[in-house]
Amino acid sequence: MATSINRSRWIVWTAFALVMALAPQVFDSGLGMTVLSQMGIGIIACLSYNMLFGQGGMLSFGHAVYTGLGSFMAIHALNAATGGGLPLPVALVPLAGGLAGLGFAVLFGYVTTRKSGTTFAMITLGLGELVFAMSLMVPEFFGGEGGVSGNRMVRDGWWGITFGPQVQVYYLIAIYTFVCVALMYAFTGTPLGRMLNAVRDNPERVEFVGYDTQRVRYLAFIIAGFFAGISGGLAALNFEIVTAEVVGAARSGGYLLFTFLGGATFFFGPILGAILMVLALVLFSEFTQAWLLYLGLIFLLMVMFAPGGIASLIMMNMRVAMFGRLRELALSYLGLAATGVLMLAGGTSLVEMVFHLQLKQSEGSVFSYLGVGLDVENMVHWLLAALVLAIGAGLFEWVRRGFVHRWGLIQTAIEADIRRRAAT
Amino acid sequence: MTSAIELKDLRKSFGRTEIIRGIDLTVQKGERIGVIGPNGAGKSTLFNLISGRLHPTSGEVHLNGRRIDRLKPYEINRLGLSRSFQITNIFPKLTVFENLRCSVLWSLGYKYSFWRFLANLHDANERAEQLMTMIRLGAKRETLAMNLTYAEQRALEIGITIGGGSDVILLDEPTAGMSHSETARFTELIKEVTVGKTLLTVEHDMGVVFGLADKIAVVVYGEVLAFDTPEAVRANSRVQEAYLGSSVADAQVGGP
Repeated sequence: MATSINRSRWIVWTAFALVMALAPQVFDSGLGMTVLSQMGIGIIACLSYNMLFGQGGMLSFGHAVYTGLGSFMAIHALNAATGGGLPLPVALVPLAGGLAGLGFAVLFGYVTTRKSGTTFAMITLGLGELVFAMSLMVPEFFGGEGGVSGNRMVRDGWWGITFGPQVQVYYLIAIYTFVCVALMYAFTGTPLGRMLNAVRDNPERVEFVGYDTQRVRYLAFIIAGFFAGISGGLAALNFEIVTAEVVGAARSGGYLLFTFLGGATFFFGPILGAILMVLALVLFSEFTQAWLLYLGLIFLLMVMFAPGGIASLIMMNMRVAMFGRLRELALSYLGLAATGVLMLAGGTSLVEMVFHLQLKQSEGSVFSYLGVGLDVENMVHWLLAALVLAIGAGLFEWVRRGFVHRWGLIQTAIEADIRRRAAT
Repeated sequence: MTSAIELKDLRKSFGRTEIIRGIDLTVQKGERIGVIGPNGAGKSTLFNLISGRLHPTSGEVHLNGRRIDRLKPYEINRLGLSRSFQITNIFPKLTVFENLRCSVLWSLGYKYSFWRFLANLHDANERAEQLMTMIRLGAKRETLAMNLTYAEQRALEIGITIGGGSDVILLDEPTAGMSHSETARFTELIKEVTVGKTLLTVEHDMGVVFGLADKIAVVVYGEVLAFDTPEAVRANSRVQEAYLGSSVADAQVGGP
């Protein structure tokens, strides 16, 4: 049994490395490289956030402080290195960001981690605002409105590695991502990692088995700050410019939102979350102006119906598949997808029409959405969109009820199966 | 020989109300004490004062001759005192095995280390397995604590309490909410796993008290009314008046 676990672990990690190594072959456009690079950066950031949120039960509203300050320190380190003042290879600049994240976590964490729960959340929020305000007040360090820019190009690098082409930066990010993910996964299997889970579950009891909960939270906070800083350092190298928004509340909120969407209860959840984050920020935001509205709706629905995030949905279906019952749900899923698409088509048409009416009317009343010309001045179009939404929603609800019933039956059968196996 | 626990004129007030009103008590090493008393007498508060969950308003608490009344719970635990709770206090989202392993880590010296893998800590894993067998939860190794039955959670609570190998064990109503047959089995279990330790138990079930304890402390209104052998306490007229005289208690003592 232990060897089979070891083998599957090897397979998973090798696959992870291979995917990152081969991804640029598939997505070799400029946009593809940009997206992939940002995904690596996001994965480290969201995993480090989840060390606090999912593993330690610390709801932080200010994680961008540590990624952001890591970015600033890294860009200053980069400038010092290229200016000749600091003998630091460009490839190690992200580590400077990591050390900065660690240092600020030592400093700020001492205050924030003294409390848990709501108080902790409030303090992180306050600290985030404080650092953001500081970033505008101290232009010498934060560069004011324009930010701080740098140049990652190495004139005559080893083996032709100059970090000029994006693909070289991508591979640097990929290596950092792989190592950081591995280290953060390793952390979950250490005494401190386990006691962090215990502190999340029941801080009071932890005190009565010999551990200082504040110390556990503080140490975890520092480690999370280190990885956050590395992520920030990579971002600095990637964009070659760091502006004040990287320490802002929006960024912090993004980490929370997408870590939650990905799934905080499983280690790999934030990885999915980070991938979604980059897709939403880079691609989805190009596709529609109303993307934040959709994002808010998705978040709302997930909190209400799937609080374990996408990772838990996957794991729940994996369980059904392991008991060989996934096929029975295939038809339901197909129905849900079809009616869902119909509902979305109607609903998003309405949203897009409202947005067009409010923001782009100067471009004329007709615009193209999903290959259909929509006219915001034509009442029939509004009614049709509403009708599609209503029919879609009605059918979706009908299919959903059948699905919930079937899902419940399968779960009961699986529970009974497990009990039977345990008894024998 | 120093005593295991010594309380000197211990007092605790909440606002203007004095809940513990000057308790002096000396428990020798290896003694097994049952703490009884009516509801609201201050038994749980007394345990909270000894274990560091609350700090006394005045007075002293000594553990193995060392003063501990200003220490934090984790510091007291490291000095060799461990307690259970009346309301089950476990790690709900961790498995039975993980719950027990968490309880042994500090005592084996692993502290806050993040450079070692739990899987390689053979002594901790062995000890956790041992505990699991002792509390008869071997078959539930990978079950999340929140999915255990109530009686199993109570057993896990005891397992976590004794996990760190403390010499002094405080059990706050270990059999609270259990059925009669469960209580009988559970009392045997407690006896078994606390052999050779100093034991203080708050208990409402008189059958359990007389089965577990070689001395009984009767707490009424924040004071120790009597502290003696079970026979002497049963014969004590003041105790009978204050507490044991109720027909319920009589029925429990004489019961099956």
